[in-house]
Amino acid sequence: MGDLRAFDEIWGQGGPDNPREPLAMLADWIAETPREELARRLEAAENTFRQLGITFAVYGDRDAAERIIPFDIVPRVFLADEWARLSEGLIQRVEAINAFLDDIYGDRRILADGVLPPDIVFRNPQFRHEVAGIRPPHGIWAHICGIDLVRTGPDDFFVLEDNARTPSGVSYMLENREAMIRLCPELFRNFRVAAVDSYPDRLHETMRSVAPPGAGSRPVCVVLTPGHFNSAYYEHSFLADSMGIELVEPADLVVDDDIVWMQTIAGRVKVDVIYRRIDDDFLDPVVFRPDSLLGVPGIMSAYRAGNVTLINAPGNGIADDKAIYSYMPEIVRYYSGGEAKLPNVETYRCREPQALKYVLDRLPELVVKLVDGSGGYGMLVGPTASSEEIERFRAALIAEPHRYIAQPTLALSTVPTLTEKGLAPRHVDFRPFVLTGRDGVQVVPGGLTRVALKEGSLVVNSSQGGGTKDSFVLLPEARQMQKMGGMFQQQELGS
Amino acid sequence: MLMLSRTAASLYWLGRYVERADFIARLVEATVRLDALSATPAGEAAWESALRVTYTDEAFAASGARADQTNVARFLTIDTGHPGSIVQCLDMARNNARAVRTALTREAWTAINRAWLLFNSRMRPGNAMATLNLVEAVKAETRGFEGAILRMMRNEAVWFIRLGSAVERADNTARLIDVKYHLLLPEGAPVGGIVDRDQWTTILQTVSAVTAYRWLYSEGLEPRLVIDLLLTRPELPRSLAACVEETVEMLGLLGKRTGLQGGADRMARARLARMHKTRTPEVIVGGLHEWLSAFIAENLALDRAIAQQFRFI
Repeated sequence: MGDLRAFDEIWGQGGPDNPREPLAMLADWIAETPREELARRLEAAENTFRQLGITFAVYGDRDAAERIIPFDIVPRVFLADEWARLSEGLIQRVEAINAFLDDIYGDRRILADGVLPPDIVFRNPQFRHEVAGIRPPHGIWAHICGIDLVRTGPDDFFVLEDNARTPSGVSYMLENREAMIRLCPELFRNFRVAAVDSYPDRLHETMRSVAPPGAGSRPVCVVLTPGHFNSAYYEHSFLADSMGIELVEPADLVVDDDIVWMQTIAGRVKVDVIYRRIDDDFLDPVVFRPDSLLGVPGIMSAYRAGNVTLINAPGNGIADDKAIYSYMPEIVRYYSGGEAKLPNVETYRCREPQALKYVLDRLPELVVKLVDGSGGYGMLVGPTASSEEIERFRAALIAEPHRYIAQPTLALSTVPTLTEKGLAPRHVDFRPFVLTGRDGVQVVPGGLTRVALKEGSLVVNSSQGGGTKDSFVLLPEARQMQKMGGMFQQQELGS
Repeated sequence: MLMLSRTAASLYWLGRYVERADFIARLVEATVRLDALSATPAGEAAWESALRVTYTDEAFAASGARADQTNVARFLTIDTGHPGSIVQCLDMARNNARAVRTALTREAWTAINRAWLLFNSRMRPGNAMATLNLVEAVKAETRGFEGAILRMMRNEAVWFIRLGSAVERADNTARLIDVKYHLLLPEGAPVGGIVDRDQWTTILQTVSAVTAYRWLYSEGLEPRLVIDLLLTRPELPRSLAACVEETVEMLGLLGKRTGLQGGADRMARARLARMHKTRTPEVIVGGLHEWLSAFIAENLALDRAIAQQFRFI
């Protein structure tokens, strides 16, 4: 990776001594805060996370059943104008995703107009015949989207992946911010950082706004978790807690006469809106996988009858599938009438013979992904792969080309990160969270920055050694604040 | 909003397991002291009775180990092979707490989680001093948990936790007296001798009542007064009278808030009425062991009635 000249979001192209001008003060803070002090604060943050139990389970790693995701103390920063442009692109994209879902499970105009090849929809395992013809309240399917972005230069952002099913990670956005406010208060005195703590209220409001018509003025909203052994359980409980609503497990719910009830100590209470953190496959054994022990039998029937709203709607996988992803620019253009403000990463669909040939000729330069893989599994990063791995993927590609897409290896941007050898640039990506309710689409000013802690690594997934950082979005006045400067005279660091 | 049945059950069991972990910690602490004061056979008898108090004598016997301090202290603190050790109680408490994170404050949860983390890297309790340090740390965290509970919103969540600890504490205290009474007042042995004194002090320590005893009774240490204190004095939080009272109180608060009253309330109130009329000398004459066995059985029946009334499971 060493030959890729990555753009550093704080230091720019010029290295630590020549940072990007608007972030010069942050570069000073990084340079002048003693390493030991940064390390001490980092440790304090991780201790808090451990005590709070902000853990995740690593699949296949029995000894480390509960681990915290490593945290990095140096924040990643978006300037106000950068954020304004990103937000526009995100809103446009999420509006298109919702329009696409409403169309594909409804009139299917996009197919009639020949924008997408029909077989990429109908032969896709993510397309759910079971929900065709259903229209959720206000036509909203993807209430909560996590759009994964990467950056390669000052103005070059790309969408790497859309997550329209059950995107996770928002608890890190909120807990990382809490930790930063406690451990690095001087940063917040000197930068005007947009607050993220309104997220739970906005989410609750979004949930209420899409309640079924018969729900009354105070709809009962719940978060549905598979249970406390799930790897994201902390987030489920955190969200229920910060919204002040019940966290239910499937066993707490029963469906009777197409109404969903939760079982309380005094009997049953009708449930109107369910933010479910259970995948479609496991949601209802009557409709989807009959062997699912996690599901709520009959919940889909209640959903179809319009008696309960499911967030996000079942069937959304057809919008964020990697095979569909490559058509997103066309999809956005079709529904918004304009070009996508946030471009895709160039993508080769290996199902197309020409693309396959191109990919096979350039495997050592490309990133190859399974269409239905996630979490960084089933992925080849050509430039860092061994020749053995490359040959394994070559064979797999020839055998089942339709299961793969390929993308150029991007020089992902970096952010200075505290490592054992001091501060060094590490590659990052970014997942902002976009909410869609009756009254429109909103982007919370922040998100989850994931960082590949291994030198040169481009894999940021927490299951493969990735960490997280706080993500500052600066308010428009920030520039003036910075000119006041002198942040190191007004406080005692490291004392 | 009405509480989920599963949440109520988890909170109740959370209360029970934290109380049990705390009790075992005290029992180990007091037994270390008793062992230090006794000659070897009496010391080992002390550890054997600690096993009986915690219903773990059979599980320990199955391990084939000798009932000395090293083995029993390890068995009661860090052994993950049976449900009666502190580490397993904390594990169960934490599992229940995790399942109801939304019903707990951060402080209450972190106290449980910190107690659990204490054991995370522990392989052996070490010598007597290390054992004492460990149980001291456990006690500190359970006290932290109790403190956090007092500062939670005063609603069903807290009352279910406290109901669980009251029911658990009643069982622990009854079991403690029962096992020790048999051990300590064998027929023909001189009552009030040196060994008895240490034994009874051990009991008082286990229920944190050494000072309370001095305040309430001007006489020296006498078994009948120790029994009187542990059975009938509501001033002592770990006495049976106090547990019985607290059970009624918690059920009353829950009933008022949720409108749910039933078999558990009736059983708990009847038990309290009987407790008010209980006189220690009569209990001793009538057979303390029989009385305690009946109490333990009734406590178990009450536990079942609570589960039914609030639709646990």
